[in-house]
Amino acid sequence: MIAIVDYGSGNVSAIADIFKRLKLPHVITRDHAELKAADRYVLPGVGAFDTTMRTLKDSGLIGLLNDEVQGHGKKIMGVCVGMQILGDSSDEGVLPGLGWITGHIRRIDSSTINGLPKLPHMGWNSLHIKNDSPLFDNVDPERGFYFLHSYYFDAKDSECVFATVDYGSKLPCVVASGNVFGFQFHPEKSHSNGVAVFRNFSLL
Amino acid sequence: MLRSRIIPCLLLHQGGLVKTRRFTEPKYVGDPLNAVKIFNEKEVDELMFVDIDATAESQEPNMRLLRSLAVESRMPLCYGGGVTNADQASRIVATGFEKVSVSSAALVRPALIKEMSEEIGSQSVVVTIDVKANRLFAGHTIYTHNGRQKHKQPLLEFCHQAVSMGAGEIIINSIDRDGLMEGYDLDLARQVRGAIDTPMTVLGGAGTAEHMQTLIDAVGTVGAAAGSMFVFKGPYRAVLINYARPPRL
Repeated sequence: MIAIVDYGSGNVSAIADIFKRLKLPHVITRDHAELKAADRYVLPGVGAFDTTMRTLKDSGLIGLLNDEVQGHGKKIMGVCVGMQILGDSSDEGVLPGLGWITGHIRRIDSSTINGLPKLPHMGWNSLHIKNDSPLFDNVDPERGFYFLHSYYFDAKDSECVFATVDYGSKLPCVVASGNVFGFQFHPEKSHSNGVAVFRNFSLL
Repeated sequence: MLRSRIIPCLLLHQGGLVKTRRFTEPKYVGDPLNAVKIFNEKEVDELMFVDIDATAESQEPNMRLLRSLAVESRMPLCYGGGVTNADQASRIVATGFEKVSVSSAALVRPALIKEMSEEIGSQSVVVTIDVKANRLFAGHTIYTHNGRQKHKQPLLEFCHQAVSMGAGEIIINSIDRDGLMEGYDLDLARQVRGAIDTPMTVLGGAGTAEHMQTLIDAVGTVGAAAGSMFVFKGPYRAVLINYARPPRL
């Protein structure tokens, strides 16, 4: 059972719709018993870093998720700002992140971007895969994914960077450490490539 | 490489979808939910909905409709129409739309752009500007309320102000070219491109994928949006939802 963590941020319904089409058992929930019963999690998130962290804190779920993910090693995928809060800290705010993948969220340096437009990084961009993970089965890296962001995950350990995207420099856009996975792009809005990522995560 | 976005722009009117010409003669072209399903299958880059009744009739955004569209959509969505405060923007994002567009409310009170960007993040704040070309002297005049209300603020000055307030994207829409399918106003696109450094989307006039390629050649990576060419087929404007990218994309 995959639990989409319904803490009050992010597009839970669109993600649930994809699992439904894949006929994968899933639940949208903030209920402690249901979360404990699940064997893996999707952590969505949109908006500013601090707002998202505060919303997660107010939901009272951080302790439980820490136990399940860090203690019991259950797999979790963070999406968009749900990925950024897996890190330690962010240029965008002052609150600490969950710290499950070591790294800092930085603003993309617009001086590195040739020509216009600069920020935000908006639209479809190709993926450069750095790690031959089953996460990328049936993914067309050239077609890529839909991006909408001005901050990126600067992972401390380069081994944690599973894929990058070219925008000014090579920005990490899929990061992972053990059972924790993060996606900067919007797989729920990236057609067949996005569906493949959710299916692959369910099979890990 | 970041690619240009090819964006169908669909107009919501009395619960259905319509297409206009120069912002008049709305013609019924179908059901919004059905259009989302078809565009999912066509794997479109991005989809934009504009409720043309909301501002003109002082209505709130129809959250129930937006939610049903967002649940069905596997592509990024932008909504515009009747948004007047940051709380509405936040609720629209919560339905599953990635971007929220404002127009008339931001012209009246530009601080709204800043309030929205603090609430939902700059990357999700879009400012849509409808313009008509001046006949007597060069340049363009901003209009709102479906082209009926004229604004004094110079176009490029407002573009600049919108971006400095936190807009993540400017959509520039030529009322003169709406529905004519004869090509974009390239001078207008170049002027706006030169004034701002955020993403930009151009709307109004596209009739073919070649028109879109011409726009991309003129201004670089861009959002190329269109209504008519994605809902009509053939010289008699038969309704047929379709999608085509320029071959080089």
